[in-house]
Amino acid sequence: MQMRRRSPPLGPCPAAPQVAEHRQPAAGVAGLYWIDNPAPMHGFANPARFLRLARWLTPLLLGSGLLLASGALLWGLLVVPPDRLMGDTVRILFIHVPCVWLGMAGWSTIAISSLVELVWRHPLAAISGRAAAVPGAAFTAMGLATGSIWGRPTWGTWWVWDGRLTSFLILLFLYFGYIALANAAQRDAAAGSGANRVTAIFGIVGAINIPIINRSVVWWNSLHQPPSITMGKSSIDGTFLWPLLFAAVGFSLIFGGVVLARMRMLLADIQAEARLRRKAMA
Amino acid sequence: MHERLAQWDFVIAAYAIGVIGTCLMVGWTLVAMRRAEMRRDLVRGSARANSGGTPEA
Repeated sequence: MQMRRRSPPLGPCPAAPQVAEHRQPAAGVAGLYWIDNPAPMHGFANPARFLRLARWLTPLLLGSGLLLASGALLWGLLVVPPDRLMGDTVRILFIHVPCVWLGMAGWSTIAISSLVELVWRHPLAAISGRAAAVPGAAFTAMGLATGSIWGRPTWGTWWVWDGRLTSFLILLFLYFGYIALANAAQRDAAAGSGANRVTAIFGIVGAINIPIINRSVVWWNSLHQPPSITMGKSSIDGTFLWPLLFAAVGFSLIFGGVVLARMRMLLADIQAEARLRRKAMA
Repeated sequence: MHERLAQWDFVIAAYAIGVIGTCLMVGWTLVAMRRAEMRRDLVRGSARANSGGTPEA
């Protein structure tokens, strides 16, 4: 089945007519330009074009990610010296930090996809949001588990109900809700119930938890340390920082590969179902 | 009270969760993707056979 490229539902933006006319972003209205001219993004609205790209990108991302993440974990496990205060438990951070980062990145992907789906009706946006949900939930669960294991020898407890841990647990429940809603929407989509829009709205509303997680250690007293890496600054020594960055990049590549593979799976399911439906009606 | 814990036990447990979890996720995703694409190709193939061998759009 070939999915047809749909035109964006929004017409020329009356607030910036000269932008639409000349197809050039004017100063201060770059955002409006992209609402008016989503052409570069819609280039990948054609599933055939997307699949051509995804077929070679999926193994490339997964292979390079697995190699980089394995190397970084071995580096953290065998080469990095014990920390002055944390001792050997500092090695847990090389797996905990990438998991937590990808738990939040997963929901950010869902929120951006949901926005693109609602504003531009991009055919692949809903699929990319749904594809990011399961790996995002998996990394969130692994982040919670590895954080709890790190907390026991470091803080003396497996769990505390503070801002950071509680908001991150809420993120896991949000993922469960999103996955359940997306599955229900998929079943109801044929009936045209508008359930896909409800899923997208839930994806955007749930994004409110991401800045809360990020700022929780600043807003509330917590056993969790304040942010170690901020814009352009790091309080982590280079001995620990480099393997941590390599692990983060490696796991991010794995995440990208898994999302692409799940998008291919969802597209194949949709194409097979559509063909079977047509066959049944003929 | 001062508690002495074997730190390596915690490190190994955390790595096991992370590595096994990631490998399971990647493996499960690849198997599910391959299965879905094979099913689509199968449906396409049977549709093509029913239409007398003419390729479909």
